Amino acid sequence: MAEGAGMNAIEVSNVSKVYRRYGRRRQFATLKSAILSGSLVSDLKADESFSALQDVSFTVPAGRTFGVIGRNGSGKSTMLKLVAGITRPTTGSVKVNGRISALIELGAGFHPEISGRENVFINGIMLGLSKKEIARRFDEIVEFAELKDFIDAPVKTYSSGMYMRLGFAVAIHVDPDVLLVDEVLAVGDEGFTHKCLDKFAEFRRRGKTILLVTHSLGLVERFCDDALWLDGGRAKGVGDPRRIVGAYITDVEKSEEAQLAATDAKAKEAVSQTGVATEGGVDAANAPPTDPVELPEEPPDMFLASEGRWGSREVEITSVDLLDSRGEPSHIFHSGENVTVRLHVAAKEPVTDFVFGIGLFNADGVCCYGTNTDLEEYVSESLSGTGDVDLQIDSLDLTEGTYKLDVAIHKRDGYPYDYHRLLYTFRIKSRTKDVGIYRPPHRWRFSSSVKLRLPVS
Amino acid sequence: MLHNLRQLARYRGLIQTLVARDLKARYRGSVLGFFWSFINPLLLLLIYTFVFSKVLPGTHPEEIEPYALFMFCGILPWTWFSSSLSESANVLISGGNLIKKVLFPAEILPIVTVLANMIHFFFGLPILVIFLIYYQTSISITELAWFPVVVLIQLILTTALSLILAALTVHFRDIKDILSNLLTFWFFATPIIYPVSAAAFAKTFLNLNPFTHLAVAYQEILFYPGPFGHWKWLLAVGAASVALFFVGYFLFDRLRDSFAEEV
Repeated sequence: MAEGAGMNAIEVSNVSKVYRRYGRRRQFATLKSAILSGSLVSDLKADESFSALQDVSFTVPAGRTFGVIGRNGSGKSTMLKLVAGITRPTTGSVKVNGRISALIELGAGFHPEISGRENVFINGIMLGLSKKEIARRFDEIVEFAELKDFIDAPVKTYSSGMYMRLGFAVAIHVDPDVLLVDEVLAVGDEGFTHKCLDKFAEFRRRGKTILLVTHSLGLVERFCDDALWLDGGRAKGVGDPRRIVGAYITDVEKSEEAQLAATDAKAKEAVSQTGVATEGGVDAANAPPTDPVELPEEPPDMFLASEGRWGSREVEITSVDLLDSRGEPSHIFHSGENVTVRLHVAAKEPVTDFVFGIGLFNADGVCCYGTNTDLEEYVSESLSGTGDVDLQIDSLDLTEGTYKLDVAIHKRDGYPYDYHRLLYTFRIKSRTKDVGIYRPPHRWRFSSSVKLRLPVS
Repeated sequence: MLHNLRQLARYRGLIQTLVARDLKARYRGSVLGFFWSFINPLLLLLIYTFVFSKVLPGTHPEEIEPYALFMFCGILPWTWFSSSLSESANVLISGGNLIKKVLFPAEILPIVTVLANMIHFFFGLPILVIFLIYYQTSISITELAWFPVVVLIQLILTTALSLILAALTVHFRDIKDILSNLLTFWFFATPIIYPVSAAAFAKTFLNLNPFTHLAVAYQEILFYPGPFGHWKWLLAVGAASVALFFVGYFLFDRLRDSFAEEV
């Protein structure tokens, strides 16, 4: 550890930040009613302020790398601005020991009309370097930014990537004791990103402190010594990055689940209200759902059909559930998880000719898998009253993404009783960002002359 | 506040660099470049001379002949003053990126604006000197010694007003539009294109206008012969400017925290 070890580089204690909203006067009617109800003062106060952070505390010992994660609007960037000293906390205190450099917006001080060379000097001085220091590091900065041939061109002629790279190069060469990074690694191509990461690693080795705000959870896990999870302006957890990231992912999934469930419920509601969804319109809605005169209109090509529901409804699919390995209904599954598709069916009168079918489609509308009981050589005998049909998939080996589900009951000749087209949505999550549709269960093996390693976990 | 003021001294290098950047950027890409600093006041002068000697001849008294020179003594510093104020009113908003994203003492921005415009004023001076030589005006050394004092006082006054305008415009954007009208009015309410004697009926009003005394000081030093008699008024304006600077800086300092949130 370098000098300053054992000391706290950043101390944030009980910090709250309230943003006031000006010029957002309530409407007169409401104002009048507020006066009448005597709540004017409290109402105005509540209306005009917004708590970006509430009672957040953490410390970062010198030499540690500290990650801040959280959803959009959770207060991450506000936190960073407070630590950088750009804004001040409403209550609480922020203490930073040592020179700070904030990679919040790269090239914020660049003037478009003047050359990259002059901008490097101006930007460097703004960030606290002296002219001499910049002159000494100038070549290094230009080389890092990969802008040797363009350094004397005005910055306005730069592409956004060049602009960012130069901004990053200057900021990183300020040689701060505390480096604040706000989601700036999406700056350049792969190569540049690696260079940035290497630079961060070098910082770490030299015992500098880094505060990293990012949505890249993998980076936090690999790179940070501690992590803070902000949610709605409050600290939801602080500590071991693996644990924090895990808790955060679970929470995100939970809310995604709630969202999917809500859209699903809406789709289902629409289905139950509309007799024949493919026709839509008032007539279809008014027609009795089981009207036998209404000819089931099957789209000419089932792979081109959009979502909807059609069929004669002699047998109905009353609802569809997706169950996880514990048998709980869910909409989010992990790649390779055990998933059961459960159809609740109801027959108006007993039938003997019926086939259950299921199809999985990805977001591009590609059929990932489709099967039915007829294809799998089941011969239908009888169905009456209500019942459940389960398709258990032992290992749903799909890659990450959003998928839609087709379910159907029809006669062997294709006459549809009830066809639900792309009405059900679920999401597959995966820690591996592999691509394609299908992930066959697999493992890598290397002969002894080929050496690879996984990051320490 | 005093602490912040002392901090400001540490940012000398930055202020210097930013002023240089401002000047470089202003004329970058134009063919005539820095010559615009000369050409602008020259053209302005030509227009006024044409209007008041050809279109409206005889509207000015004999005492201010050569009229072009008289006017130039006032217009040059006025341009510095008015450009500084109108640019400062906008400077925190247009420089919002710096305030929001970089740890940066915001008062640097209006100060840089005032200084950059002062440099432009200096660039205009050689033209004034050429005029002085052409018209063979006699200037005494003792009078000329007052010149830097006038410039200094104008610098303090302009900076004070710029700080106030910059800080308030963040909260009240209307100031920008009010200001452009106010500056036009202010220009005519100052003895720049007419001598003080021509507006004797409004003497009290003119005396309340601080720029009156700056304009008169410039005119007395550069245009009128004889001893510099306006020094009492000038020093009074100087004292008031220093006081105003502290008031302005205090106001700016108080509003500082709101800038990053409001721009």
